[in-house]
Amino acid sequence: MLYFSKLRIIFVSFICLFFIFIASNNLLSTDKKLIDKKINLGLDLQGGSYLLLEIDNTPVIEQKLQNATSLIRTYFKEKGIRIGNLTLSGKKISFTVENQFKQNVKNEFENENSEINPYYPRFKSHQFDLTVLENLFELSFSKQGIIELKNSSQDQALEIVRRRIDEIGTNEPNILKRGNDRVLVELPGLDDPMRIKSLLGKTANLTFRFVSNNNQDSFGVEKLKYENGLDEDFVSKRIILSGENLLDAQPRMDNQTNETVVSFTLDRVGAKRFGKATSSNIGRKLAIILDGKIISAPVIRDTIASGSGQISGGFTFQSATDLSLLLRSGALPAPLNIIEERTVGPDLGQDSINAGMIALIIGFALVIIFIFIKYKTFGLITNITLIINLLILLGILTLFEATLTLPGIAGIILTVGMAVDANVLIFERIKEELKNEKNNIIAFDSGYIKSRTAILDANITTLLAAIILFFMGSGPIKGFSVTLGVGIFTTLFSVYFIARLLTSIYVTKNKDKEALI
Amino acid sequence: MIKFNKFYNQFNILSSLLIVASLILLTFKGLNFGIDFKGGTLIELRSSDLKINVSSLRDNLNQMDLGDVSVKKFGNNRDYLIKFENKDKKENIIKDIKSNLDKSFGNNFDFRRVENVGPKVSSELLRSGIIAISVSLAVMLIYIWIRFEWQFSFGAILALFHDVIVTLGLFSLLNLEINLSIIAAVLTIVGYSMNDTVVIFDRVRENLKKYSDIKIFDLTNISINETLSRTLITSITTLLALLSIFFFGGEILKGFSLAMIFGVIFGTYSSIYIANSVLVRLKVSQKTILKEDEKI
Repeated sequence: MLYFSKLRIIFVSFICLFFIFIASNNLLSTDKKLIDKKINLGLDLQGGSYLLLEIDNTPVIEQKLQNATSLIRTYFKEKGIRIGNLTLSGKKISFTVENQFKQNVKNEFENENSEINPYYPRFKSHQFDLTVLENLFELSFSKQGIIELKNSSQDQALEIVRRRIDEIGTNEPNILKRGNDRVLVELPGLDDPMRIKSLLGKTANLTFRFVSNNNQDSFGVEKLKYENGLDEDFVSKRIILSGENLLDAQPRMDNQTNETVVSFTLDRVGAKRFGKATSSNIGRKLAIILDGKIISAPVIRDTIASGSGQISGGFTFQSATDLSLLLRSGALPAPLNIIEERTVGPDLGQDSINAGMIALIIGFALVIIFIFIKYKTFGLITNITLIINLLILLGILTLFEATLTLPGIAGIILTVGMAVDANVLIFERIKEELKNEKNNIIAFDSGYIKSRTAILDANITTLLAAIILFFMGSGPIKGFSVTLGVGIFTTLFSVYFIARLLTSIYVTKNKDKEALI
Repeated sequence: MIKFNKFYNQFNILSSLLIVASLILLTFKGLNFGIDFKGGTLIELRSSDLKINVSSLRDNLNQMDLGDVSVKKFGNNRDYLIKFENKDKKENIIKDIKSNLDKSFGNNFDFRRVENVGPKVSSELLRSGIIAISVSLAVMLIYIWIRFEWQFSFGAILALFHDVIVTLGLFSLLNLEINLSIIAAVLTIVGYSMNDTVVIFDRVRENLKKYSDIKIFDLTNISINETLSRTLITSITTLLALLSIFFFGGEILKGFSLAMIFGVIFGTYSSIYIANSVLVRLKVSQKTILKEDEKI
């Protein structure tokens, strides 16, 4: 057992050197590197902002149900089937059907290739669930219908969030889906997320609608407040233009009024519609509405056919810049709420790195001194193994570009403390064997063999805990489970290959010496 | 040879009392959950003006109608930890606090860390924390059940529950905060306690095969003594590493390392006094493991 073939020695040395070389990459700051890999620092170490956003899908559901209601109305009208009392209340669409059409209508909804109740061919479930109570038909979203709706609004939200963050230009943002109604945003190096938070918190739903104070409008009117929260106006529900028609928006200084404005350019469809609406409504007030609040309502003085215009509303340069950015990147499908936020300033991150490193160095030194005093020569072997173990651990973390967090550093320190366990188990066993066995080589051999089950048991239990933590834990805690788990493998490798190699060399040279350990 | 087995009874009574006391504490006093599990807002700030102190900060923040505000020193004289519920979920609360503090004390503050956890997220984190601990206990149970006879499994699991309950009881007693990193610590304690017990059990099993004439009462003692130096050395090196994290690793890791320190001490104690005394009480003998071997 103590014998190592040349090939094995070369192999072990190669692995050690390879990982040490990779680990050393973290220290070099030159650009001339063979392998471009580094350990990533977690947000808690490099500073940055972690935001978990939840999509509030209620307005989307409402909107979709409204669309479905009007779709149902026209659909049955075209088919010549009479349905009555079509209403939308809460999350249900209901209508009544006369007996003679009941089966017919039911088929329209439950048919596998139904036009007004799709999804069946793809998901084996319709978009809406239908319940029939005598003549009353009720439709509500099916489970699959809700899932699809959430997925699609999540996709859209992710895209818009990405655009907004890209516009601001932070470095290496991480934008990910979580579940089917959440978006996770990680912004390294950002110590003040105030601006991003306020930009992500806005839906940025822009509409141009006429003010109709005479209350007569075929589309209906609604009362909306101005941004200042004091004044209000009645505004038509008819949308002349929406944010979708914008090609570009930029903050600008109006030369005549010396006021900051947002100037916008419309696409072709928008420009045409805008021209038509302005030409036939000269003298009326056109309200510019953002997220249910009127920014301003200028009076139309002339036909605007150029497809460009400007929004004024008492902006500062900052707020005009932000509004342009929001308009350029588009409206969110639904409001986003920040349900979790963790921000660490860069200097606290640096302090954490320093503290972690000091704790690592001191912990390491204490363990090494203790082991050396306890085992002398074999302590030295253990310590060399421990150092190589640590370097291999760093090498593996570098190779996989793992994220190192503060708890992750704690995991490394803990690995140092627990890594000696396997060597201690072996050495203590050898000591016992030497009481009955005079031949050093045989005693060492059986010491290694007999301690193996205990070592495996001990490491498997810790590994199991680390694996559970990896799957259950979040953020920084995950970093702890990674270093702890990887640490177990590097420990086993270094004990069974490096320490044993060194031990075998030493024991073979001193096989006749008494009281070897 | 140290006669550990002489004290099985005394220490079993002590442990039972500790467990009962911990359960009483956990039921009636409960745990001091941090914002991870309770929801709320946490701000770590550093002031450059040494005249500012906890009470002046608290007075200032109390004017802001934030609900229950807690202000504490955090490690040194310049760093403070502020926690509040943020019940009304005010959007720009951080901005408001910043401008309010700047107005009262001058521009002397650096907001080093801000954490805001909504009620939905905190209850999810609590749930997944409880699941993580339960799953880890279940997995250990399965592992030890496959590895050893049921008497051993029972002893190991009892030791494990003892360590987790007493560590949490101590956290309740000392009113220490339970946050995400404490869950990580508890899981590591579970692994460590198991590890320690299993090493002694391995030896008990080996000795049971070797000596048919020694009673389990003495056999456990022999096994404990044979593995004692390993138990001590590993506990000491692990504690050295943990103490170093506790003293030098910064404020954020204090709770984590403290929980682990408790856990390692309890884990070492319980593998000697709980796990082994269970074997004695269940009258484990050579037959126990031979029967099992025949089955396989």
